[in-house]
Amino acid sequence: MFDLDKWKEIWATLRSNRLRTFLTAFGVFWGIVMLMAMLGFGSSMNAGMRRQMKGMATNLLFCWGQTTTEAYDGLPPGREVQFDIGDVDLLRRLPEIEWLAPRHQLGGWMNPSTVAHESKSGTFTVMADTPDFKHIVAFEYEAGRFINEEDMKSARKVAVIGSAVRDQLFAPGADPIGEYVKINGVYFLVVGVTHTLRGGQMGDQDANTVFVPFSTLKTVFNFGDHVGFFALTAKPGYDGEQVEKDVREVLARHHRVSPNDKLAIGSFNMFEVFDRFSTFLFIIALMAWVVGGATLMAGVVGVSNIMLITVKERTKEIGVRKALGATPFSIISMVMKESIVLTLIAGLVGVAAGVGLMALADFALENAHNTPFGPPNISLSTVLAAVGVLVVSGALAGIMPASHAASIKPIEALRAE
Amino acid sequence: MLRLDKVNKYYRVGTHSLHVLRDVDFEVADGEFVAIMGASGSGKSTLLNILGILDDYDSGEYWLGDTLIRSLSEKKAANYRNRFIGFVFQSFNLLPFKTALENVALPLYYQGISRRKRNQIAEQYLERVGLRDWADHTPSEMSGGQKQRVAIARALIGKPRLILADEPTGALDSETSRQIMDLMAEINKTGITVLVVTHDPEVAARTSRIIRLKDGKVVDAEHARDSFPQMQAQP
Ligand SMILES: Nc1ncnc2c1ncn2[C@@H]1O[C@H](COP(=O)(O)OP(=O)(O)OP(=O)(O)O)[C@@H](O)[C@H]1O
Ligand SMILES: [Mg+2]
Repeated sequence: MFDLDKWKEIWATLRSNRLRTFLTAFGVFWGIVMLMAMLGFGSSMNAGMRRQMKGMATNLLFCWGQTTTEAYDGLPPGREVQFDIGDVDLLRRLPEIEWLAPRHQLGGWMNPSTVAHESKSGTFTVMADTPDFKHIVAFEYEAGRFINEEDMKSARKVAVIGSAVRDQLFAPGADPIGEYVKINGVYFLVVGVTHTLRGGQMGDQDANTVFVPFSTLKTVFNFGDHVGFFALTAKPGYDGEQVEKDVREVLARHHRVSPNDKLAIGSFNMFEVFDRFSTFLFIIALMAWVVGGATLMAGVVGVSNIMLITVKERTKEIGVRKALGATPFSIISMVMKESIVLTLIAGLVGVAAGVGLMALADFALENAHNTPFGPPNISLSTVLAAVGVLVVSGALAGIMPASHAASIKPIEALRAE
Repeated sequence: MLRLDKVNKYYRVGTHSLHVLRDVDFEVADGEFVAIMGASGSGKSTLLNILGILDDYDSGEYWLGDTLIRSLSEKKAANYRNRFIGFVFQSFNLLPFKTALENVALPLYYQGISRRKRNQIAEQYLERVGLRDWADHTPSEMSGGQKQRVAIARALIGKPRLILADEPTGALDSETSRQIMDLMAEINKTGITVLVVTHDPEVAARTSRIIRLKDGKVVDAEHARDSFPQMQAQP
């Protein structure tokens, strides 16, 4: 198979028919470019999605209290469900929970607060968080650190600010660490500046957030034992829907909510989002292989047809070769190898064009953070699979013409003109 | 060398069949130089193709050496053509996209000899037909006589015991024909049996024996003459 000599022989015949070699090759080329473009499209969507979610746990569940709609356990409907610190211990008993983060937003959900530094001020999201929150959304730090256990224990008045907060409240180049910011009139010592990994809206949100210790919010702003909402991750291997159900059940029981009252407790399950997205990506990849594969097959049928015509055109040559001692096997192998080489070369040029296309898309999308498309990435194994498909296709395309060539009787071949 | 025993060959064209060779009987000894003559359509090419195992016959026996040549597998036939027989055609039948050297080397390709080795050998054979300097030229750059020399070198490279030539001078002028026949005679002198189909009495005169065909029958298979009377007659 790797006899250089035989390949030279094949190369000579392919070169002797440049035009038909080119025309034949084009179908295959196009097929593989289509295949790669479609795979790239899927991968680009994947990358775009991942860019938005970078640093964020994917097995994530949010849960918050709403208003009851049913009377239950002697309590009337219309009661507000307010989570509290007691829920934390109850939830920790669930074996499937990996990280649990009680959270609270100063001023209430979606209400920004005023944060000031010297003469500058702005409105930002102020979140009260525990150290464990870093396992749920990971950040990098431009300076300093996240809230730690010491902060929690001593209810320190410290703040970790987002990069946009820093930009708005501090002079360019100034180091905010060790400075104080005023949140609703109370001074907090800045101990960290986050740098978000997430893209898009979520990234903007992170940049505009100030984190303070959960315990501090309670002591400074009189939040009592209230918890605004829970963010939690499940251990690997647990079914997302089941985790959601279990969490809701624990909270419902503790807050005397009817098990049937779906509206009393709100929850949002990221598992499903990711699941749905994975399915979507899978379908795109499947379509890529089906559509790209079909285009490629059309190219292969083209190769087969043209090889057959070529074999007929070359009847005389085949006759001469047979007169000089070519066995049927050597003729079959010659035509098959020509077919494979032709398909493979065209395919590899297609792969190269595809890779070029990817590089172009990569360049265009790398900094386009607000599109759902990220820089595409086609894995080496996908490319190798495509090349494998090409070799098989080339062989398939060669079978008919090759067996026709081998079946030509030498005398008839010699007589042909 | 070879023996034909009541060989018959028919061509089926549509509904009727054409009886092209009728009970053809003759023998050729090792090392003979034989011309096959006859009018156009008398079956000369058909006969030569059967001798070259390029075509089948319908009845009779064809013995090549000690082997009965009859319904051989394509693979066996290919092997015989490769190692036992060399062909020279009227229209040369060189592969147009290959150089003279590559054309000459082709039979060795089917013997599985490496490119380097076979090019080396092919060079020697090109030298032998006086075309050493033409090794890298393609057939389209060569004259008819040169092409036929390349074809002869190609026929010889497999060290055959039998050369079959179907009107090798048919496309050449008389001077070139003479040169080609000189080459054929030279080859014959090395002990290779040569059969030449020809219309040209001058060509036939260079051989040691003439087999005449008429309407598919051997009408004369005269015995070997002494040797080359024409050549001796020339000053
Ligand atoms: N493939 C074929 N199918 C049908 N008839 C054929 C075929 N080949 C040859 N013939 C016929 O068989 C007869 C012998 O043909 P052949 O080619 O052997 O003659 P030839 O002696 O070589 O003639 P020429 O001197 O013109 O080359 C002719 O009548 C020819 O028409
Ligand atoms: Mg003839």
